[in-house]
This record gives sequence, structure tokens and C-alpha cells, in this order.
Amino acid sequence: MIEVKNLTKSFEGRTVLHNISAVFETGKTNLIIGRSGSGKTVLLKNSIGLIQPDSGEIFYDGRKLIGMGKKELNILRREMGMLFQGSALFDSMTVLENVMFPLDMFSNDSYKEREKRAMFCLERVNLLDAEHLYPSEISGGMMKRAAIARAIALKPRYLFCDEPNSGLDPKTALLIDDLIHDITVEYKMTTIINTHDMNSVINIGENIIFIKEGIKEWQGDKHQVINSNNEALNDFIFASDLFKKVKKAGNHKS
Amino acid sequence: MNESLHRLGEYVLLMKKAIAIPDRWSMFFKQLIREIYKLGVDSLWIVVIISVFIGTVIAIQISLNINSPLIPKFTIGYTTREIILLEFSSSIMCLILAGKVGSNIASEIGTMRITEQIDAIEIMGVNSANFLIMPKIIGLMLFIPVLVIFSMFTGIIGGIGASYLDTRMTPSSFEYGLQFYFNSFYIWYSIIKSVVYAFIISSIAAYFGYNVKGGALDVGKASTNAVVMSSIMILLADVIMTHLMLT
Ligand SMILES: Nc1ncnc2c1ncn2[C@@H]1O[C@H](COP(=O)(O)OP(=O)(O)OP(=O)(O)O)[C@@H](O)[C@H]1O
Ligand SMILES: [Mg+2]
Repeated sequence: MIEVKNLTKSFEGRTVLHNISAVFETGKTNLIIGRSGSGKTVLLKNSIGLIQPDSGEIFYDGRKLIGMGKKELNILRREMGMLFQGSALFDSMTVLENVMFPLDMFSNDSYKEREKRAMFCLERVNLLDAEHLYPSEISGGMMKRAAIARAIALKPRYLFCDEPNSGLDPKTALLIDDLIHDITVEYKMTTIINTHDMNSVINIGENIIFIKEGIKEWQGDKHQVINSNNEALNDFIFASDLFKKVKKAGNHKS
Repeated sequence: MNESLHRLGEYVLLMKKAIAIPDRWSMFFKQLIREIYKLGVDSLWIVVIISVFIGTVIAIQISLNINSPLIPKFTIGYTTREIILLEFSSSIMCLILAGKVGSNIASEIGTMRITEQIDAIEIMGVNSANFLIMPKIIGLMLFIPVLVIFSMFTGIIGGIGASYLDTRMTPSSFEYGLQFYFNSFYIWYSIIKSVVYAFIISSIAAYFGYNVKGGALDVGKASTNAVVMSSIMILLADVIMTHLMLT
């Protein structure tokens, strides 16, 4: 469980996050949704300590992130996996070397064992025949899967995904969503996903936090999201045709 | 002024972060070999080509300028050697390398910054500055003496070539000049200078790359700035070290 308390962050006098508090639950896919520029990435980067907030607290299963000692922080970091918006695979390494990188850095296993673990992760994300290709030689969806494989190589307890399916076709996007959801349940991880994809919201929205202009407007799950009375939330989700249809279908049934 | 002090502070802090005991020695050596290859070995051909040509031109121009019955012919070989050993193969060569190697380092690290690869390293609990920058600095510092010696050698060969081409000099007088009053400290002086330049090039380029904000355009700007700044610093260091070691 990750707990964020009263987080505030501003850049050059402009407040991007206003006093945000939220709880992200273990074994669930926690979604942060909101318009482009609403502060999703900043919130995520604050939560993992890549950006220092101006004020507020962050707890990882009770461990306080801000002010944590270097040693402790490094231990915590090894329990985190992150999937970046642009995959962030290392250009100079093959897919297999990318997935092996965290293992090379931290595991004391032999080369054979590390390779076996990396291949296992690649198999888990269905990417077995691309292990010797470079990131520039594979498609966007494959890059995302390779990045997931790298993120789970060290069996993390916390997984962070920044727009995991931006730039993917709807079908591949669903596959990636399902993959993240499945491994979250399988490994009992606390997973936080940034998205503005409505498909993801109905597909894997187990705990949804809606942010508007840096303020937490609403929190709930995928069933509540459709029937909410929150105006800003309705504004955001019913901008999508898909949701209008879902709502209509729901109304017909009842 | 305030801005440059701020940048200097940032640079010092980055170097403090970069120069540390690696998280994993095996990974460090793997990176080190890669960098030596990419920054050093791949620069050999350009060093050789430039040195041969400039060595030739230096010899011809000197023969042209001191074409007088009062000055002995071997002076041409002697002067050519001094120019190459003292200044060309270290300072001028490193200015050229600042363009090639410096822009390479700045754009590689800058691209890693804007595509979040550096964040990806940090989030794993790896010291990204140490992992990315230190192998480049040490790799270049280790290999640059090799480049300098290659440059001296091929520059002199270019000069000898000129003594065959140019009728104003003879190969035998040129070779006599090459050996005339030889001070081996000058070679050490050049190598010491080049090692300092290697640190300047790699650390300044790494600093500009590491602190890129924005997109591809900013990576381009950073790599230009890195080359300009390291060239200025090389010239400044040249004056200081020459003053300290030769006067
Ligand atoms: N390093 C920074 N310096 C200054 N401003 C920043 C910085 N990072 C983000 N911002 C600003 O914070 C705001 C929120 O940005 P953020 O990247 O969190 O948006 P987002 O919700 O992730 O959008 P998207 O869906 O497009 O990724 C934006 O207005 C952005 O300009
Ligand atoms: Mg974002």
C-alpha cells in the first residue's frame, strides 16, 4: 500500500499539485486519470521520489519516503519497477540486455541464472523472439512489453506505469492493460497507472483517482465512475463516445 | 555572473555524484571498455589523418619561412618537431577531439535524459551519474595519451614526407633536426596536458548532456554549448599548465 498525504508541488511559482491525498492499494491496479497537463506525471514522479514535493508525506507500507536515508532508499528503489511514458529502454542494449540490466546491477546470481530470469520475464510478456533486437528495431507495443519485462525482473512490490498504452492501437492497448493487471494480481504488487484512456478505466479501473488541474476531484472504482454525479468527472469521461455508449447501455438494462 | 556561478556549482555537484565507487565493478569495467572503444579507438583514424597532413604542412611552411643561407637546414626538422610535440599533438588535437568526442558524449547523455532513460536508471536505485559519466571520464583519460602519441608519431612522419617533396629541404638534414637537442620531458608535458584536457572534455560534455531539459532541439543546443565551453576551458588550461610546467 502506498499512501500520499497532502502533497503540494509548484514549478516556478505555478502550483501543479494542490494538497493531494490518496491511498493506493496492494494487489490492485490503481489508476490516476485526468486531462493532459493535469499533473498526473508530476504526481507519479513525486510519489516515487524522482521529484521532491514542496510539502506532504509519502508512505510505502508505512516507510516514509521523504527524508529517507540513502541506504534505505536504495533498498526501497529495488522494490520499485517503473514503466515510463516513452518506454525508456536503453538504446545501446538489446532487449535481453535491457531486461537483464537490473539483475546485472543487483542480483548475485550467475550469468546463466540471470539470463534465465530475464527470458522468463520476456516470456511472461510474450516477447520471446525479439530478445536480440535493439529498441530501435522493434515496434512501440513491443517496446512497452520489453519495458514491463525489465520493470518486473527484480520482482518488485510496487509498479508504476506512466501512460502504458499511449500511442498503441486499441487492441494492443488492451493487451498491455490486461498484462499489467494480471501481473499485479499474480505478484501482489501495488500498481499505479497514469492514463487518460477510457478503455483502461472500464477495463482495469479498480481504484480510480481523478485529477483536475492539480486537485483531486474524485475517487472510486470503474462501476462508480459511470454513475458519479461529479460534474468535472462527467465532463472528462463523457467527452469519450465510448463512455456515452456504455452509459446508454447501462440505462437500458435498468 | 550569477548564472555562471550557479552552473559551476551544478557542475561540481554532478562531478561529486559521478566520481564515486561504482555500484558494481563488473558493470563499470564493461562500460569502461565500451567507452574506450567508442570515444578512443574510433577517434584514431581522424587523429592519424589530421596529424599526417598538418605535419606535412608545418614542415613546408617552416621551410618556406626560414629559407635563408644564415639559418642551417636542420632547423626545419627541429622546429617541426617542437611544434608537434609541444602544442599540436596535445592542445590542437584535443580541441579537435572536443568537437568529436564532446558532442558525442553530450548528445548521448542528453538523449538519455529527455527519453527518461536516466530516470529509469535512478528509479532502480543506481547512481546514474556514476554509471554513465565515470566510465566516459576515465576511459578518455586512459586512452588520450595513446591518441597523443599516435598524433606525434604520424605528424612527424608527415614532416618527413614533406622533406622528400619539398626541394628546399633534404631528408637527411630534416632527420638530423628531428634528433637535435631532444628533451623527452616535452613528451611528458604533452601527455600530462592531454590527460587534463580529457577530463575537461568528458566532464563538461557530460554536464551539459545530463542537465538537458526539453526535447531534441535542446540536446543539439547542449552539445554545441558543450563543445564551445570545453574548447575555451582547454585553451585556458593550456596557458595555466604551460606557465606551470615550462617557465
Ligand atoms: N519540470 C517541470 N518544470 C516546470 N513545469 C513542469 C515540469 N514538469 C511538469 N510541469 C508542468 O506541470 C503540469 C502537469 O504536467 P504533467 O506532465 O504532470 O501532466 P500530465 O497530466 O502527465 O499530462 P499528459 O497526459 O500529457 O502526460 C504541466 O502544466 C507542465 O507544464
Ligand atoms: Mg504525463
